Formats: sequence, C-alpha cells, structure tokens
Amino acid sequence: MTTQQQAAVARDDHYNFGYLDESTKRMLRRALLKAVAIPGYQVPFGSREMPLPYGWGTGGIQVTAAIIGSGDVLKVIDQGSDDTTNAINIRRFFGRVTGVATTQSTPAATIVQTRHRIPETPLAAGQIMVFQVPIPEPLRWLEPSETETRTMHALAEYGGMHVKLYEDIAQHGRIATTYDYPVIVNDRYMMRPSPIPKFDNPKLDGSPALMLFGAGREKRVYAVPPYTRVKSLDFEDHPFEVQSWSEHCDLCGSRESFLDEIILDDAGTRRYVCSDTEYCNDRQARQRPDANPDEAAA
Amino acid sequence: MYVAVKGGERAILNSYRMLDDYRRGDREVPELSLAQIREQMPLAVSRVMAEGSLYDPQLAALALKQAAGDVIEAVFLLRAYRTTLSRYGYTQPIDTGRMRLQRRISSTFKDLPGGQILGPTYDYTQRLLDFSLLAGREADSLPAGEAALDSAMPRVTDLLAQDDLIDAEPVPPGDPEPFDLTRQPLDFPASRAARLQNLARADEGFLLSMGYSTQRGYGNTHPFAAEIRYGALEVEMHIEELGYAVTVGEIEVTECQMVSQFAGNAEEGPKFTRGYGLTFGYGERKSMSMALVDRALKAAELGELADSPANDHEFVLYHSDNVEASGFVQHLKLPHYVDFQANLELLRRMRAERDAPQGADKQLMDEAVSP
Repeated sequence: MTTQQQAAVARDDHYNFGYLDESTKRMLRRALLKAVAIPGYQVPFGSREMPLPYGWGTGGIQVTAAIIGSGDVLKVIDQGSDDTTNAINIRRFFGRVTGVATTQSTPAATIVQTRHRIPETPLAAGQIMVFQVPIPEPLRWLEPSETETRTMHALAEYGGMHVKLYEDIAQHGRIATTYDYPVIVNDRYMMRPSPIPKFDNPKLDGSPALMLFGAGREKRVYAVPPYTRVKSLDFEDHPFEVQSWSEHCDLCGSRESFLDEIILDDAGTRRYVCSDTEYCNDRQARQRPDANPDEAAA
Repeated sequence: MYVAVKGGERAILNSYRMLDDYRRGDREVPELSLAQIREQMPLAVSRVMAEGSLYDPQLAALALKQAAGDVIEAVFLLRAYRTTLSRYGYTQPIDTGRMRLQRRISSTFKDLPGGQILGPTYDYTQRLLDFSLLAGREADSLPAGEAALDSAMPRVTDLLAQDDLIDAEPVPPGDPEPFDLTRQPLDFPASRAARLQNLARADEGFLLSMGYSTQRGYGNTHPFAAEIRYGALEVEMHIEELGYAVTVGEIEVTECQMVSQFAGNAEEGPKFTRGYGLTFGYGERKSMSMALVDRALKAAELGELADSPANDHEFVLYHSDNVEASGFVQHLKLPHYVDFQANLELLRRMRAERDAPQGADKQLMDEAVSP
C-alpha cells in the first residue's frame, strides 16, 4: 500500500499557495500563536469567505491553509473516513491550491484535518490535528449571548455546566452528553472539543500532537498544545466514561475502536464497522497474510 | 461484504456534470447570455451585488447564471471571488445628495425642493400577469424627458437637520478608518459602522421580516419613510501621487432614510431619529428594511426598552448573513453518523435501564441492549 500520493488534482496556479493571500495567512498564524499560548481560549480572527460553504469546514480549511507548506503531507477525514464526500472535496481543494502530497495514512501525515473524529492510530510529536468546529462556545446552550459567555470565560464561571451535567444525572441517571463533551484545558479554560464523540476525548489529553481548532462562521480559533492536560468534566461519584460496544468491527474484528452501525435490510439486521476506515483497512491488511481464523470468523 | 459508504471522487465529478446539464436545461432553447441577465434581470443582479458586497454587474450576472438563478448561491459565488481581490484603498465617501436620480420619493412632505419623482417602480402597477410579454411584446422606447431634473436635490433629513429636529450624525472626530467586517471579526458592543456594514450585506428576507416585526409591535419605532432615492453616483478615489481625487467609476445605489419619533430622555428633548439603509443597485425593499432594523438597533443607546428581537444586536447581526446561514443549515446534509451513533448508544442504554427490573446489575443491562 502506498502511504503517499500526489494530489489527485493538478495545482491551479491562478490561486496563491493555500488559496489565502500571505497577509491573511499571517493574520491567521498570529491568532493561532495566541491560541497556542492560551490553551483552550477562543481567539477571534478575521475569518474570510472561502469557496466552500460555512459549516462545511471553512474554519479548519483556513487553519490548514495558514500552516501548510509545500513539504507537508495532508490527510483529510470526515466521520473518521477518508472517503466521505466532503473529505474528498476538501482534499481536492488543497490539491488544487497547494499541490501537496495527500495520504490516507495517519502516521504518514504531517497535518490531519478532521471533522468529528480523532484517528484511532495514536498521533506522534510533530503532527498537527486541525479540527473543523461548527460552534466553538461550550457555554452556548446555557447562554446565547456572546458578550455574556466571554465574561463567563474571563471569570472561569463554569458552574452552570456542572449543573447541567448534574441535571442529566438526576433525570437520566447518567450524563447524557455523548459528543462535543466539554473539557477543561490546562486547568483553566472550558473548551468544546468539536463534535467528536466523547470516546475520542481521552486522545486529547497529553497528546504529543498539536491540536488546532478552527471555526470559520463563528470566526474563532483555539488550540491544545502538545502534552497539555485536557480533562473531561465529571463528578467524583460519576466519573467520565466513554462509549463501549458489546460488538466488534465486522471487517477487522477490532474491539477497541469507535463503531458505526450499518442497517443491512428492512428487518433491521445490523452490522458494526470501524468509523476510522484507515485504521480498519490497515488491520485487515495485516490480517491477510496469516489470517487469524478466530478473528476472521468473529 | 459490506463496503463503507464511499462518496468517491468519480461520483463527485459526475455530480458536477449533472449539475452543469441541469443548469443548461434543454439545449434546443437558446442559452442565456450574461448581457441578457444583466440587462433584463437588473433587480436580481442588484440583489446579488448588494448581498455579495461587490459592485460588478457583469460578475453578478455570471454568478446568477452559474447558480441557475439561485440568488443566495450567486451571492456566495460573488463573495468567494471577492475575498481573493487585493485591496488598493478606500474611496472617498459618496455623497448621495449629488446622485443622478432615477427615483426620489418622500412620504413625509407633500412637496419638497426637487419634487417627487416616481421613476421606474412596480408600486402603482396592477399585479396582473402581462400576457403580452408572453406573446413577445417589445417594450416601447422611452422618449427623452422634457426638462432635466434639478441638480440640487437636498435630502429630506438634511432639511430636518437645519431645524435641529433630528439627531445629528457628525463624522466621528479624526474621521477614523471604518471598521471592516470582511477583515475583522464582529465584536460587541458593535459600532454603528459595523452594524450598517452587516445590514448592507444582510439577507433581504431576514431584514424584511425583522423590520416587519418592529411594525407589528415587537419594538415599535413609529417610522416614516422620509426619503427613498435611487440613482447613479460617481465614485472617487484620492490618489496619493496626484494629490487629488479622480473618478474611478459609477455605481447605482438605493438609499432610504427613515425617521422615527423619539420621546427624549433626561439628557435631551424629543426629536426625530434616523434609520439608514443603503444598497448597491436598485433595492428598495432591502434598503427600507435595513433602515427599520438600523433604527431598532439604536434602541438601547437611546435608552428605550430594547426588549424585542430586532433590538437585540447579537441576535440580528449574528443571524443576518445568508451565506453563513445557508451554509450552516445545509451542513446538516453532511454525514453525522458518528455523533448519531453516540446518541443511539446512549438512548438504547437509557431505555434498557428504564425497562429493566429495579436493582438489576448494570453490566447485565448493558448486555441486554445489544441486538
């Protein structure tokens, strides 16, 4: 399997490298440096109108455009998959405006732009994750006003979120937030990890990779620098827990990965497969030469 | 074996081709030219230029053609192109008092210097389908006007200002460079300049409804349309090397000035206050709606109650942009199966716990939910 491929589309020289002009990139890099310096803090930036729609990754695209260089290798995933239409479209966009090599391999990538997942394969030092963020403000459903929420962050006034989680427990017996699960970064700022399942939250904690978050429509960037503490909110008697399945992946047999449920027929027959397609393909490939009959049959 | 749902590059490329075919329609029918769109759908072109915040009738016509007539998609295309343009500088402020007018009406004075000029308007047409257009009737050519319009057409609000009856809006001290919404993020409290920029780019339908809501009692502002004018203006730019301003082009704009009564407060007596609307091209509905919303957004500053949706700066300014709104609403088409799966798992767990006998072992319950 080739880990790298040249972009499937030709570089279009009508556009500056990375689409954005250099002064816009500098503005973005300044915002990103501030974000790295204040982990979890939402930095406002002059978000530009991109040729892809708001809500479809314009924040992540601008962050990637600001940091990407000709030597970078880019991986783009959506729902953990390299093959979803929007991931393909964003990969084609960067192929067109940068001509950089793209890859489906997590270890081979220097930049991974993602929507809704963190790859199962552990990230390494030097890698950068770029998250597409729809709503950056963790307190938004508690308080619609931006003026108010910025003040709440300044005062670290996060009690309301604990109350909300407590109400979940009182009503449902457990915390009913399953994705975009709020975290405290570096013991200071409350942050939305973007709509990743809470299954992926532990991967943020102390990660050797740099995590950058871009919200284009809402005009905010924020960051989790490498090796930074990221704590998912919980209570002593209701510790944070992640999803688990009694099933395993139908294709690679993994019992550790996040599974997607596939409905096969009208009778509701279901199968479960890894959401991270690269991880799943890689495991299948490694099983092929000396396939373990137990796992293959499982 | 099940193969994960793949969008596939080929599928995307095929969808491009199908879109192109859909846009073109029946090849037997002659293709629309940009000149036809520009000349025969000028109101659509105006709206795309206004909300796309780029004055270029040719490119707006191209955007409309490429978008198959979808105005918001055309606005989006024009905006995305606009971002790539270099900024050479700022033009001199336009003086709408020096407009070459096509239309000028006031609903606050029966007559006024320069007079009322109806110009091209649908206002007094009977909205009956004109079947003669179906039969291919050509429009008659317009005879030349008998007399030229007065060159001086003072704005009604300027006349009110002479009597000190309306809030003065002086240029801020030092005439600072205006806030630029396309380069800086909106922050609150938003300056009037930022608000007006936001409203000028805002979706016509959104402003129409917000303005309408103020008329129906959600933030009553008692507005009068002091003046609406539409016409052409020269745009000038000061050229550093020359030391004077030169004309760089001509634009059409529509301006609306609403006046509303203000009861006065501890600091000042009763007076009229302004609501201002300005759009590229001919956009009367939009500029009137904009003026109503501009005035509604002043409520808190004037010490009024300011408890209606149209008075709420964050609510109005964050939700006015149709490119942002359209993108975010339609992003729901993107796959969300990871988050949905996470919800599904939780829902099954909670239902199983609810249905399971009291005190049952949690582990057993979790087992029970699996199909």
